[in-house]
Amino acid sequence: MKKVYFDHNATTPIHPKVRSAIEPFLGEKFGNPSSIHWAGREVRAYVEEAREKVASLINSDPSEVIFTSCGSEGDNMAIKGVLMGNLKKGRHIVTTVVEHPAVFRTCKFLEDFDFEVTYVPVDSYGMIDPDDVRKAIRKDTVLISVMFANNETGNLFPIKEISAIAKENDIVFHTDAVQVVGKIPIDVKELGVDLLTASGHKFNAPKGIGFQYIRKGVKILPLISGGHQERELRAGTENMLGIVAIGEASQIAKEEMNEKSRHIGYLRDRLEKGILETIPYTVINGHPEKRLYNTTNISFKFIEAEALLVMLDMNGIAVSTGSACSSGATEPSYVLQAMSLDPLCSRGALRFSLGYGNTEEDVDYCLSVLPSLVEKIRKMSPFYKK
Amino acid sequence: MSGGVDSSTTAFLLKEAGYDVFGVFMKLWDSEKSERGCCGLSDSIDALRVAEQLKIPFYVLNLKEEFKTYVIDYFIDEYKKGRTPNPCIKCNLFLKFKILLDKALTLGSDYLATGHYARNVLVNDKNFLYKGIDGNKDQSYFLFNIPQARLGKILFPLGDFKKEEVRIIAEKANLRTAKKKESQEVCFIENDYRDFLMSAGIKGKEGDVLDINGKRIGKHKGYFYYTIGQRGGLNISMGYPIYVIDIVPQKNIVVADREEYLFKKELTISDINLFDDIDEEKFYTVKIRYRHKGERAKIKKIGEKLKIIFESPQRAITPGQAGVIYDEDKVVGGGWIE
Repeated sequence: MKKVYFDHNATTPIHPKVRSAIEPFLGEKFGNPSSIHWAGREVRAYVEEAREKVASLINSDPSEVIFTSCGSEGDNMAIKGVLMGNLKKGRHIVTTVVEHPAVFRTCKFLEDFDFEVTYVPVDSYGMIDPDDVRKAIRKDTVLISVMFANNETGNLFPIKEISAIAKENDIVFHTDAVQVVGKIPIDVKELGVDLLTASGHKFNAPKGIGFQYIRKGVKILPLISGGHQERELRAGTENMLGIVAIGEASQIAKEEMNEKSRHIGYLRDRLEKGILETIPYTVINGHPEKRLYNTTNISFKFIEAEALLVMLDMNGIAVSTGSACSSGATEPSYVLQAMSLDPLCSRGALRFSLGYGNTEEDVDYCLSVLPSLVEKIRKMSPFYKK
Repeated sequence: MSGGVDSSTTAFLLKEAGYDVFGVFMKLWDSEKSERGCCGLSDSIDALRVAEQLKIPFYVLNLKEEFKTYVIDYFIDEYKKGRTPNPCIKCNLFLKFKILLDKALTLGSDYLATGHYARNVLVNDKNFLYKGIDGNKDQSYFLFNIPQARLGKILFPLGDFKKEEVRIIAEKANLRTAKKKESQEVCFIENDYRDFLMSAGIKGKEGDVLDINGKRIGKHKGYFYYTIGQRGGLNISMGYPIYVIDIVPQKNIVVADREEYLFKKELTISDINLFDDIDEEKFYTVKIRYRHKGERAKIKKIGEKLKIIFESPQRAITPGQAGVIYDEDKVVGGGWIE
């Protein structure tokens, strides 16, 4: 059976160049970068080289890049670390209703410890209004955390504007950029963000590595304390395989971004257009223009997305619904709910996220099986009349 | 696939027989105590690992809403009515052999198979439900109300096996669930159903305990904490053992007395499902609870209901449980005890 992977917002395959780059670290390059001797020095150089490559991808100084284990760690570090580092200033956070659970549930966790959180709403496109962020600011607001792009709809948020609002009010600004880093150009200096969180496996590095941009001068305490690694902001012996990998992946992303975005954007548009043209009662969720070029979230009315996901899987096509619990059961999407979508639409919403490795044949294969699967499920629906 | 040995072996046997198989785990409820955030997480992982071993697709379907409507709400309601519910039968009827079956058919399946110990036999173009050949494990009691037409889409591959044989098959196939313990009877009850009712906000109201002649002999803590046939828990000392004989929810009364009053010869069942015609002259075997061995009885039709007249009195006939009628190993039909 042909296998097609359209779930790159969940994770991506490891780039072959990344794979070759980490191979020596499965063998002779085994040292601890903190060691003084030859084994340590050798690998320390690779850590710093990787840091430079990452910094170059986001136009930061290498000293402002901290390696983490994943996006969730980065989000936790940003939120908890900034609050702990600024307890004298206040205990209030501003964020949005559509953040990834790594931000959303961290905020909920902090509410149990007497921190206060304001959740800014979204409109029916799933977009936030920077003015709502401004209005949510209080005297004791310490942190604003707004995602760069939404994982479910692909919506791109006005980060530069919100960053400026934070600056005017002398508030630390964090953005969860997990869905963006490696996909579109990012310049942290131009954006003016204080903290930016990224995850390696979303851009062709392996799982278990991420990075955090922390602008010089931001008051923050470590989430993991212990040794002196990573400027004493993240203790723990360095994950050499991961660090080398994310460095390599950053370099590839930077070099190939233009060409890749054009190619993947073309495939996404072809898929989207094909679906809208051949399958009736389909709607795109999210903002029509301000969204990532690789993502499309489509509602197939009169069906349960779960059934379509299963049937696509049986045909070798991997897509996803909004959220899944740890057992893998699909849950109603809180992002689509926050957009006040008609339940007929939110129940039948599927996310296709394209990426490196996808081809025109993948898209055409998907378009060749999808209409009949949708029709088959709709035939069983009591609400559907052709 | 529940993550237990029975459904694992069912999937294995079907795969061996050449069927094109995929597995489904039903996510039915969120258990806060045992595993945070997700029901039976370790069970769904066991099921997934068996499916991966068998190289079959596997999906977790979210049926929480449906489970609440058809099983949990019913369960609570029945206790409120002073009855003793049987949630497994409702789950089989609505969740497994209605909603899940419909989903399976939508997904292009020809059959839905489960690991129940029962047989589904085709006689003259009609499907009949029979006891599983393992007399001790037979689960046909829990399946009595599947409509006959739906049986044609259902497979029970384990009905022809004994439990010990199933374990041996599972072990030989190296299924990781081969030695897994039997699951508890009601999956959403952790310890005592009374704790469950309390956590659902159902609080007992004190009331009178009367003896069989209507004499007040004590107080009860709320009628739905009691089950017919139950001994003890009443904290009443009469000088002889007393048992719960009856529950009258409208008056908030529990009737308790000597064990002899628990024995009755007749009962009525309603909401009937029949696979075969009833012969009023004939003696059938009727089971009034899962662990009841079944006793000889005659059946009388009274409108939409059936009256069951046992040859000898039966202990603790409990409203809310099912009365299931057998002719030898064949399930003739059944209904809910009034």
